[in-house]
Amino acid sequence: MDRELSLRAYHQMALIRLFEDKAGEQYGRGKIGGFLHLYIGEEACAVGAIAALRHEDYVITHYRDHGHALAKGCSARAVMAELYGKRTGVSKGLGGSMHLFCPENRLMGGYAIVGGHIPIGTGLALGIRHLGQDLVCVVFFGDGAVNEGEFHEALNMASVWKLPVVFFCENNLYAMGTAITRTSAVTEVYRRAEAYAMPGQRVDGMDVEAVYRATREAVARARGGSGPTLLEAMTYRFKGHSMADAVTYRSRDEEAGWRPRDPLPLFRERLLADGRATEEELAAIEQAVKAEVEDAVRFAEASPEPTMEDVLTSVYAPCRACSE
Amino acid sequence: MLITYREAIRQALRELLKDPTVFLMGEDIGAYGGAFAVTKGFLEEYGPARVIDTPISESGLVSAAIGAGMAGAHPVVEVMTINFTLLAFDALVNHAAKIHGMSGGRVDVPLILRTVTGSGNQLGAQHSQNIEGHYAMVPGLKVLAPATPADAKGLLLSALYEPNPVFIAEHFALYNTKGEVEEGRTFVPINKANVLRAGADVTLIAYSRMAIVCLHAAELLAQDGIAAEVLDMRTLRPLDLETIFTSIAKTHYAVMVEETGKGTSIGGSLIAEVQEQIFDALHGPIRWVAGLPVPVPYNKTLERETIPSAESIARAARELVNA
Ligand SMILES: Cc1ncc(C[n+]2csc(CCOP(=O)(O)OP(=O)(O)O)c2C)c(N)n1
Ligand SMILES: [Mg+2]
Repeated sequence: MDRELSLRAYHQMALIRLFEDKAGEQYGRGKIGGFLHLYIGEEACAVGAIAALRHEDYVITHYRDHGHALAKGCSARAVMAELYGKRTGVSKGLGGSMHLFCPENRLMGGYAIVGGHIPIGTGLALGIRHLGQDLVCVVFFGDGAVNEGEFHEALNMASVWKLPVVFFCENNLYAMGTAITRTSAVTEVYRRAEAYAMPGQRVDGMDVEAVYRATREAVARARGGSGPTLLEAMTYRFKGHSMADAVTYRSRDEEAGWRPRDPLPLFRERLLADGRATEEELAAIEQAVKAEVEDAVRFAEASPEPTMEDVLTSVYAPCRACSE
Repeated sequence: MLITYREAIRQALRELLKDPTVFLMGEDIGAYGGAFAVTKGFLEEYGPARVIDTPISESGLVSAAIGAGMAGAHPVVEVMTINFTLLAFDALVNHAAKIHGMSGGRVDVPLILRTVTGSGNQLGAQHSQNIEGHYAMVPGLKVLAPATPADAKGLLLSALYEPNPVFIAEHFALYNTKGEVEEGRTFVPINKANVLRAGADVTLIAYSRMAIVCLHAAELLAQDGIAAEVLDMRTLRPLDLETIFTSIAKTHYAVMVEETGKGTSIGGSLIAEVQEQIFDALHGPIRWVAGLPVPVPYNKTLERETIPSAESIARAARELVNA
């Protein structure tokens, strides 16, 4: 990554980290309800992959979606407001944490049915192809999703039709409380690409630049008409599956082993070591991010609630084939 | 003894596991103890051959349970929530429900599927559905939705004696509710509704959590001097019309109550049966108090407005009786 891109990536990673800390805090205070799945520890995945995209390229993702939304350019204000269930949220307060939709940034939603959105990502690419556009789609999902039939159906169609899509698996080794080794016959997710005659690659999901490089290649292949790629980013969620999870199924030793691989300090040290950034510059970013998150919370607090009218008028798009 | 709905189900599962053909399977039921902690400690106690953690593969795992049942085992599947059973809709509707009939009655599909229904926890549209009614429209399936700890235990135990696929919708909001439950093997028949509270003026018909909410509505109505009878359907398929008709023949007024959106569940069919078969017993139209037929919104206030309350039920009953 060049200097400019690096600083932007660092900004986004720092923003996601702080945003998630704040969201967890506000959940504890009852300001946010439902399920809240934090992205802490996995920031390099969304930021590195989305840095390889153009603004017009599509992203579709699962319920652990705050990082993808922020990296795709949704404002911290609108994402926080959504968590608060406010009308100014990206989904008008009707979607919630798991369903962030931001079509103006080509974020086509977060989905809470594991695996269900993967073939929709294939479909976005089918639409792109059909319309003759020079775009790609990146689909994010977890290691748990690859055992749903939809994953396999999606990869096969994308490969046989050579669609411009990148399948991005965030392998954090667990699906809720179940370790991947206990439910997957093949635990190296990238090897499943072979079954569908597409390239598969494993990358260090704690290294934002490694993620960026791998995604850039896959995106170039997709845009160039050579079809899909399956990327597997090895990562770790530093928190529980959701706020309700006491994390009794993995050892404290294992968690401690991942701490030194925290993507934020790693990237920070590298930027300082190779002179891409100065301490002052990074400190300024950290200050800016703090202000951004605090502003987002103030905005969310002050925003109005959606109305029942919003709910009732959102069930269908306005009919163009009905009579008065 | 006074125990929770969750504990009642745990007791029933322990009884089921005494049968060597029984095993449990589902996502996160073992090491994690179940998303709603129903099977906590079971893996340690019964071992991985009886308590199987599955991949996230609802279509495959429910179909695999069908096959195991056809082979003579009696699988007890937990699907984490009812929303995810839609991935197994094909397994249940095209396969489980039809194998006995298609085989001319020669092949049985003993299968117990437990899952969790309900809305009201700000979980968003994809996690807040009460779609047990969809399954209740499928001949070949039996669909149960207990409201009390005693029924949760008794229906689950009875399901062991069913050679048919049994779909049990447990309600997340009921797991911590308490009620009297007998010790040991207690059975509730899989075809009988239950009068939760007797009354002569109006019949409130509901199942699962809404049956409990109807009890609260009945309290409100009692303050106005209206004696409501609360009828808990318990089984959505088969429907115990006889008990429902008997009640309406006595009260002459009925309110159908459902948590899910109006017209998306079993209530409409029930109302149609009443008007076709005992029209003359009615002294007024059947009122239908149901949720709003919308993707359930995340916003807390709005979500609450999509679900009937004791107040809205009582209001409908009052209007009906006083009309
Ligand atoms: C079809 C379906 N089955 C089960 C669930 C419940 N569930 C939610 S998240 C999850 C684990 C998914 O793990 P993974 O794909 O690895 O993503 P991660 O949470 O680790 O990011 C499960 C089982 C669901 N939401 N949808
Ligand atoms: Mg995972």
